[in-house]
Amino acid sequence: MAKTPKPDELSKINYTPPQSAWMDTPAELKEGNWCYGAKPKNLETLHFPNPREWRVQDEDWKLPENWQEIVLQGMRERLDKYRSFKVFMDICVRCGACADKCHFFIGSGDPKNMPVLRAELLRSVYRGNFTTAGKILGKIAGARPLTLSVLKEWWYYFFQCTECRRCSVFCPYGIDTAEITMMGRELLNLLGLNTDWISGPAANCYMKGNHLGLEPHTIVGNLSYMLDDIETVTGIKIEPTFNRKGAEILFVTPSGDLFADPGTYTCMGYLMLFHELGLDYTWSTYASEGGNFGFFTSNELAKRLNTKIYAEARRLGVKWILGGECGHMWRVLNQYMDTWNGPADFLEVPKSPITGTVFENTKSTKMVHVAEFTADLIKNGKLKLDPKRNDNLKVTFHDSCNTARGMGLFEEPRYIINNVCNHFYEMDELTTREKTFCCGSGSGLNAGENMEIRMRGGLPRANAVKDVAEKYGVNMLANICAIDRAVLTASMDYWVPGVKVTGVHELVANAMIMKGEKERTTDLRGDPLPGMEGNE
Amino acid sequence: MATIEVDGKNYEVDEDGYLQDWQEWNENIAKKMSQDDGLELTDSHWEVIKFLRDYFAKYQIAPMIKILTKEIGKVMGPEKGNTKYLYELYPAGPAKQACRYAGLPKPTGCV
Repeated sequence: MAKTPKPDELSKINYTPPQSAWMDTPAELKEGNWCYGAKPKNLETLHFPNPREWRVQDEDWKLPENWQEIVLQGMRERLDKYRSFKVFMDICVRCGACADKCHFFIGSGDPKNMPVLRAELLRSVYRGNFTTAGKILGKIAGARPLTLSVLKEWWYYFFQCTECRRCSVFCPYGIDTAEITMMGRELLNLLGLNTDWISGPAANCYMKGNHLGLEPHTIVGNLSYMLDDIETVTGIKIEPTFNRKGAEILFVTPSGDLFADPGTYTCMGYLMLFHELGLDYTWSTYASEGGNFGFFTSNELAKRLNTKIYAEARRLGVKWILGGECGHMWRVLNQYMDTWNGPADFLEVPKSPITGTVFENTKSTKMVHVAEFTADLIKNGKLKLDPKRNDNLKVTFHDSCNTARGMGLFEEPRYIINNVCNHFYEMDELTTREKTFCCGSGSGLNAGENMEIRMRGGLPRANAVKDVAEKYGVNMLANICAIDRAVLTASMDYWVPGVKVTGVHELVANAMIMKGEKERTTDLRGDPLPGMEGNE
Repeated sequence: MATIEVDGKNYEVDEDGYLQDWQEWNENIAKKMSQDDGLELTDSHWEVIKFLRDYFAKYQIAPMIKILTKEIGKVMGPEKGNTKYLYELYPAGPAKQACRYAGLPKPTGCV
């Protein structure tokens, strides 16, 4: 594994572009900036083409002989199928408004990380093969042939885009570069060119229902350890149900929350909240993943992996679905699920059994984000809260790209945080809400071997955190995304040491006064509550 | 594919040195891996490795850190049931380094 340069070294970014024109500058695949190639066993599990042992650093990627034909045919099919793809290939005027909006460009200075140029990598091949001007005029019309070097360039840069869509906010035409990356990755997958960090979790999800490959008894086991900790902190014993038919609500969350810190504390937050409400809900060990690494592979695979959520809701006979704190999960649910796997006409329009609020905004999907659900509880005075328990925290909030730009969920998490914490500080407005900066490792880039590009991509977000840490003493970065919880932890340790990461429902659970709880002396992490430091 | 040679036999490992087939594992493989890292395995290290392998056999995945710390605490005493202690044993991280010595696949999903 490549050694990651130290922060002072990495922050010296060279913005001078190479002397040669971009088409004449082949991509150099630098270690630390790419992920390992997909393993054959994972591609076989998913029934994807060309499973074989291969290494990114090798000259020979063991492609089928007619690989160009396969890619161009794939491109043709997608141009016919997706109008957006065709439009985005044609309409860019290369104004450059997007160029400096990408966290990977800001953090790397590599011109091919300008969204316009990243898209151009694909457009140039489109022009050369699908437009008259490009076919006749070639390079003058911005066209180029599809060579092995071009293919490797695609691989390198389409897995250096997190599909965060920040650039799209600034594009006067509204070109969605994420969709271009998605098409690029689909085409690469026709040749078996995925990363293993994506194909592994996707294969796990296809076989076992979740990215981590947690089997039913593992899920129950993991939660039971969390329940023990909850009992230690609150004195309250919670007994959730699994795969229970006839429950009113099915709860689906990313499996990261069931496994990795600090997501586990967020998960404890859900368990405590639902218990306190007496919510008639069930976990599922089958629909045990809200996230969708298929979405980072192809639309077909994303649809396939997402099927289980409605299938399980139907099997259990629930009325509606509640979803946990996740980012890309909500892009899929909010913008694709209904047409892919719906209509969910066997479900009812979600209605909070506690407040009576009907979530009209989820009429088509029947699935409510837990932040909306909890904000509604607080608004209606249904929770007893003691925000002083979070007084040791100075909190800022990172909008996850997908909940922000994919569903406009801006106010609810802030409303919750402001009710459960006394010290909340916003980051610079150019880095929040629809303009939020990506964590730097979304869309399946959160591997270990590409740490350099992850830290580069994480720099703009970390910079904004550093700003509020210096101005206000912020020491906690809240978010509503499982990938954020995992990767911001690494990027804070790297760029802004001392700032910890939390899900919003961990903050809720710490502040929530539960019926029959003992006097709490620690928070969910086992650290003393403010004023209780001497009680250990 | 990369291999690691132990007692004259080659075992397949992944890019980061994790054994490809956890069932091929034996104690000498763990010893060889730790020697290569300049680390000497004590009884405490073996306790963790043993727990990881038993857990993996039951669950087909490495335990979450919360489970590892608690169970090690039960066996070795509560003062050792914490991540600080595990990091002292395995400076490169209990999830990554201890799993590798135990012959388990590279942990995913939580880097």
